Amino acid sequence: MLIFEHARPGRRNYSQAPKTSASVDDIPDHLLRKKQPLLPEVSEMDTVRHYTRLSQKNFSIDTEFYPLGSCTMKYNPRACNALAMLPQYLSRHPLAPEDTGQGFLACMYELQEILKDVTGMAGITLAPMAGAQGELAGVMMIRAYHEAHGDFERTEIIVPDAAHGTNPATAVMCGFKVVEIPTDKEGNVDLSALKAAVGPKTAGLMLTNPSTLGVFEENIAEMSRVVHEAGGLLYYDGANLNAVLGKVKPGDMGFDVIHINLHKTFSTPHGGGGPGSAPIGVAKRLLPFMPVPFVTLENGKYRWVTEQERPQSIGHLSAHMGNAGVLLRAYIYVRLLGREGMNRIAEFATLNANYLMAELRKIGFEIAYPTRRASHEFIVTMKDIKDKTGVTAMNLAKRLLDKGYHAPTTYFPILVPECLLIEPAETESKQTLDAFVTAMKEILDEIEQQPDMVKSAPHNMPLRKLDDVKAARELDLCWKPST
Amino acid sequence: MPFIPHTEEDIAEMLASIGADSIEALFDEIPADLKGGTLKEVPPGLSEMEITRLMMERASQDGFYQNYIGAGAYEHHIPAAVWQITTRGEFYSSYTPYQAEASQGTLQLLYEYQTMMASLTGMDVSNASMYDGATALAEAALMAVRSHKSSRRILIPETVHPVYRKVARAIVSNQKIEIVEVPFDQTSGQIRLESLDAFATDDIAALVIPQPNFFGVLEQVDALTDWAHSKNALAIGVVNPVALALLKPPGEWGETGADIAVGEGQPLGIPLSSGGPYFGFMACKNSLIRQIPGRIIGRTNDLNGKPGFVLTLQAREQHIRRSKATSNICTNQGLMVTAATIYMSLLGPDGLRRVAAQSHANTSSLIKKLTAIPGVEQVFGSPFFHEAAIGLPSSAANVLAKLKQNGILGGFDLQTHYPGLENTLLVCATETKTEADIENYVSQFRQALG
Repeated sequence: MLIFEHARPGRRNYSQAPKTSASVDDIPDHLLRKKQPLLPEVSEMDTVRHYTRLSQKNFSIDTEFYPLGSCTMKYNPRACNALAMLPQYLSRHPLAPEDTGQGFLACMYELQEILKDVTGMAGITLAPMAGAQGELAGVMMIRAYHEAHGDFERTEIIVPDAAHGTNPATAVMCGFKVVEIPTDKEGNVDLSALKAAVGPKTAGLMLTNPSTLGVFEENIAEMSRVVHEAGGLLYYDGANLNAVLGKVKPGDMGFDVIHINLHKTFSTPHGGGGPGSAPIGVAKRLLPFMPVPFVTLENGKYRWVTEQERPQSIGHLSAHMGNAGVLLRAYIYVRLLGREGMNRIAEFATLNANYLMAELRKIGFEIAYPTRRASHEFIVTMKDIKDKTGVTAMNLAKRLLDKGYHAPTTYFPILVPECLLIEPAETESKQTLDAFVTAMKEILDEIEQQPDMVKSAPHNMPLRKLDDVKAARELDLCWKPST
Repeated sequence: MPFIPHTEEDIAEMLASIGADSIEALFDEIPADLKGGTLKEVPPGLSEMEITRLMMERASQDGFYQNYIGAGAYEHHIPAAVWQITTRGEFYSSYTPYQAEASQGTLQLLYEYQTMMASLTGMDVSNASMYDGATALAEAALMAVRSHKSSRRILIPETVHPVYRKVARAIVSNQKIEIVEVPFDQTSGQIRLESLDAFATDDIAALVIPQPNFFGVLEQVDALTDWAHSKNALAIGVVNPVALALLKPPGEWGETGADIAVGEGQPLGIPLSSGGPYFGFMACKNSLIRQIPGRIIGRTNDLNGKPGFVLTLQAREQHIRRSKATSNICTNQGLMVTAATIYMSLLGPDGLRRVAAQSHANTSSLIKKLTAIPGVEQVFGSPFFHEAAIGLPSSAANVLAKLKQNGILGGFDLQTHYPGLENTLLVCATETKTEADIENYVSQFRQALG
C-alpha cells in the first residue's frame, strides 16, 4: 500500500507545521500555484507506521550479512551517526563565517591530514560528493595539468576492461576518448597491451588496485613507469582501498591522483544508495589544480582556501563544501580506530576474504582466479554449474535472499562469466562466515536435487521475482490517483 | 580491535583453513619494496566515551546562532519523526537496491518520492535524486545538449545562484559546451526579455530560469519559458521545492511548461550541516525520459502478479553502458531522499504551504521593518519569495560583524559574488523565526548601523 492510499482529504498534522496559514497577498496571482500538489494527507502516526514498515522490507548491514563485492558493506558504528548529529553541527549554515565554526573546521582539517598520511599523497580536498564525482575531479585535474603544460594532444584515457563502469563514463564526461585494455589470465592488467596502448595521446591510466577481480596488480611499479614515461598520469580508483589500508600507500605505488570512497573504507552509511563522499588526494604536481574549497590552518585559525588563491583550480564541484555530515562521520570513525585500528582493517578484511574463498572452494565452488591470493574480495564463477544445470549466478543470488543473506555482486566484473563478487568486510565474525558457507552448501545441494526450485527463487521473500522487462516496457514511474 | 570481532582462536582456525602461517603472509603478492608506509599522522584510537567528549567540546565551541542567511540553504523546522525514521538501520545501512526483492522498502519510498516531486514541480517524471542543486543544474545542461540536435550553448542568467553557475561551467566545459551568462536588470533584479534577444543570434540548447532567483526575486517565468521555446530551446527551471507549495510549478510555466525542473532539495527536511549532504532533484517531461541521468524506480509485478518496485531504464546508466552512459553518476542521495519523503508526508500539501507562506510573511515583515530605518532600502522593486536584498548606508560586512557579536548571523553579503552590489545584504527569515526574534534582529541592526 502506498502512502497516498492512506490519505484522506482534509487530514493533516497540527504540530509540525506553522499554526496559522499566513497571507501571501504581495505575490502576484499569475505567479501562484492553483492546484494543490499530490502530497499525502495523512497523520503523523500514518507516516511513522508506513515508513517504519517499509524499512522492514529492506535488507541492511544492521539486519543481515551483506557480502556485496566492491561495496565494502562493513558495520557503520552508531557513535559516528550520533555525534555527527549533535545539534550544533546540524544547524550550522554553510555560509556562516569561519570563526563560528572552528570546532567543525578542526575536524575537517584533521581528516585531511589523516587521509594524506593514509594515502601517501601531498594534498587532500574533501569536496567531491561521491566516488563518481571524485573520479570526475581527478580526471579533470589530469586534463588541466596537461593543458597547463601546453599539451593539448593528450586525448585518451586508458581503462582496463575490469574497471567499474564509472571509469569510462567519467573519462567521456571529461571529453576524453576511452582506450580499453584487456586482463591477462592471472587477473593482472595485460602489460604488453598497456605498452602498446600508451603514447603521445595518453593523458592517463585509471586503475583500481587491488582490482575489481579481487587481486593485487603485481606489476604496478612497471605499469606506473610505462605510463609516466609516455607522459601520462596515473589515477587510483580508491574503491578497494580497504584491502590495503596501512599495508601500502597509493602514493608509494606511483599514483598521481586518487579518490577515497568514505562510504566504503571509512564506514560512512550507504543509506540505500547515497550520500557518498570521495575526498581526493593528489601528488605534488597536481596541487595547484585541486577543486575548492579545502581547509587550511593559519596562525591557529582554520579557514577555507578559495579559488582566488588557486587560479588553476578546476573549480567548484558543489554549491558548498561537499558532504560535511558524511565527512564528520568518517572523522569520528578514524578517531575511534586510531593508528592501530587502521592497520588492522586491511588485515582482517583480507583474512575474512581468503578464509571464505578457501571454505567455498572446499565445498565445491569454482574460484575464478584460484592461484591468486584474494584481496578483500574474490570471484566465484558459476559457468560450469550453469552449463550443467542451467542455474545462473542470479538464481543463486535470489536463493541466498531466501536464506537471509544479501546476495554478492552479480555479473560484475563483466569479463568473468556467471560471476559472484564476494566481499565479507572485516567486521564480520568467523561464525557469520561459517553460517554463510553452510547456506551456500545447501544451495549447491538444492541445485543438484531440485534445480527448478533454485531457478524460480526467491520463495520466502514478501515478493517473488520481479518483472524487470515489464518495468522498462510499461513505464510506471509515478502513482496517479484513480479518477 | 575496534569493530573487529575475531578471537585468537578464530584467527588460528581461519589461517589453518587457508593454509597460511600468518595474516601478513596473505599480503605476499604485494611487492616488498612497496610495502611499509607506516601511519604517522593518525593518532592513537579513542574510546567511544573519549570521542564523545571531543565532539561535544567542539560542538559547544561552535555554539548556536540566530540564522538569517539563506542564499541557497534554508533553515526550516524538521519534525522529530523525520530523522528518527530515516536513521533506522534498515534505511541507514542498506545499499543501492540492486536486489529488488530485498530492497522493497527503499524502492517503494523512492517511487513515492518520484510521485511527490513530479507533482510538486508539475512535471511528468522525476528521477530518484542527484548530488545537490548545483550538480543537478549541470546535469540538466548536459541533458539539454543531448536532446538538442544542433546547439551546445546554454544561457544561464546571472540571477541563478553564482556557485551553481561555476559548478555547471566546471562540469560541462570539457564537453565543448558553451555556458553564456546573461546579465540581469539592476532595477528589477530580474532577467529582462529584451536583453535575451541579443543572445539569440546563434542556436540555443536551453535557457535556465530560476524561481525565485538568487536575490529572492520572482522572475517572469511564463514569458521566459515561451521565449525559450520560440527559439527552439528547452526551458530549465531552477526552483525551491518549499516555494513550490505556493508558486506556479515549472510544468505550468508559459504555454507548454518548462521541460526540465531541477533544484536543491535541502529545504525539505535536510539539516543545514555546513553544506551537505543535501540532495538535488530533477524532473522532466515524458519526452526527455531517456535522457535523464541517475536512478529511476518503476512499478512492476512479481511472478504472482503482486505489485512491486525495481530500478528501471538501467540501460542509460554507467554500470551497463559504461562510456556511452548518460552520466557517470552512480549512487544518488538515497538517505536524504528518505528524509525528504518522510518530511513531505508529515507536512502534506497544507503543511508545506503553511511553511512557505509563514517564511514569506516573516521575511516580508522583516524587510518592512528594516526599510523603515533611514538609509535602508529594498534593492529590487519586484515581488519576491522569502528572501530579499536590502541596501545599507554603510558596509554590509561591518553590520554582519556586529550582529554576529550578538549571536545573529544577519544575512549574506552580496558583494561576495556581485562586485556591483556594494553594501547589500541578502536576508531570509524562515518560519523558524518568531515576531520577537524579528524585533530583536531589527533592534540589533539599528545599533549595528550606529
